[in-house]
Amino acid sequence: MQYALMIYGEPGYIEALSDEEREAAYADYFAFAEDERCVSAAQLQPAETATCVRVAGGRTLMTDGPFADTKEVLGGFCLVEAADLDEAIELAARIPAARFGGMVEVRPVMRF
Amino acid sequence: MLEEVFREQWGRVLASLVGFLGDFDRAEEAAQEAFAIAAQRWLTSGEPDNPGAWLVTTARNRAIDRIRRERTLADKLHLLPAPEATVDEFDDTLIKDERLELIFTCCHPALPLEGQVALTLRTLGGLQTAEIARAFLVSEETMKRRLTRAKNKIRATGIPFAVPGAHLLPERVDAVLAVIYLIYNEGYRGRVDLGAEAIRLGHVLATLMPGEPEVHGLLALMMIHHARRRARFSGEDLVLLNDQDRSLWDMRQITAGRAVLDRGLALGGRGAYVVQAVIASLQARERIDWPRVAAMYRRLANLTGSPVVELNHAVAIAQAGDPAAALHAVDRLDLDGYLYFHSTRGELLRRLGRDAEARTAYRRALELATSTPEQRFLARRLQQL
Repeated sequence: MQYALMIYGEPGYIEALSDEEREAAYADYFAFAEDERCVSAAQLQPAETATCVRVAGGRTLMTDGPFADTKEVLGGFCLVEAADLDEAIELAARIPAARFGGMVEVRPVMRF
Repeated sequence: MLEEVFREQWGRVLASLVGFLGDFDRAEEAAQEAFAIAAQRWLTSGEPDNPGAWLVTTARNRAIDRIRRERTLADKLHLLPAPEATVDEFDDTLIKDERLELIFTCCHPALPLEGQVALTLRTLGGLQTAEIARAFLVSEETMKRRLTRAKNKIRATGIPFAVPGAHLLPERVDAVLAVIYLIYNEGYRGRVDLGAEAIRLGHVLATLMPGEPEVHGLLALMMIHHARRRARFSGEDLVLLNDQDRSLWDMRQITAGRAVLDRGLALGGRGAYVVQAVIASLQARERIDWPRVAAMYRRLANLTGSPVVELNHAVAIAQAGDPAAALHAVDRLDLDGYLYFHSTRGELLRRLGRDAEARTAYRRALELATSTPEQRFLARRLQQL
């Protein structure tokens, strides 16, 4: 099954870490991207760069900023291939944001 | 009598069908069908030698028939259809017991806790949705939605039907035990005897995981507590341990509970459930060894870090003869919003002859009391001062 792992964290959390912790976190992210179960992964630009788009009455409306104004923002995502939810949870738990005060949302991808 | 056989067999039959079909709803449907056929046939031709195997085989065949009829859904069948079984093959040993897989699926921490509880009672316990709804004081509709939501999440997210691997097992066993203990503790609220149900589940778990000391610890704890349930209330009023009429205790169940506890201890169990069972066992003695109870609460407090356990530790110190030391320990706790913190302080102050302070403490406890038996009990205490 495929699962989307959506990574939420407070902006700047990684810069706030000690040098040692930051290096370990980056190493973990790289190792994660190398894992063959990782189908694709992306880190996003800061939430300030977000633009929300809606179409109403044939017009394209734009608002500046992310959809929800919360402390924790979507900072990246991965698509992984896992046998079941337990394996997906184990992968999610290896993402550094999960242990530095952030959170990873695990969602199965719809199959058609 | 058939009903008893059905209750006995339901969990195992359903577990086997979920394992075979990979789907809770289909498994439940097939199990119900097989039980309905059994209800008719066994009345005339008698109960088969291996009712469990008979039910599983019949249910599997029915499910396969149904899936064949719905050919578009055939890909949902995880395994190839088993060959049609004849009566000679109805041997319980041929049907793998998959109840453990079922328990771990139902108690998966990714499910909401109330969903875990409901699903465990429905699938493993064989309780009807309406019964579970009554026990939790919600409408049948609400309970049905709760069950459906849990089953949908299992299906959609790929929660495995499996016993977790060794590295996950300890925390998952804890999760299962927490669900069973929660079912036990809900037992006082509704009309369905959830206490007995939780004990039944505890027995199943102890059979399936005979090497896990905490499984025996929890079962022993529930059995010893449950044995005293009739003495705990007098009409509507709460009766404290010291004042309980011991002739109302079920001594046979206490003895049985102690035997289970011995097994847990023999396995090297020193966890929170084993320690709580030891305390329950000590408190069910003719003469309570309060210094030992206090020592056990000390150990439990170290294990759990819970201030409520610290409070119980203090009570045991007082019972062992040192209310001053107990009060000193209680006053260090940060439990201002907790009724029993104030009622305990009140009792300790009373014993130390500090009646005015005792009255203040009991009044504060009375403010926090929400149930009528608690309010009546505290009002009586205040009057006696």
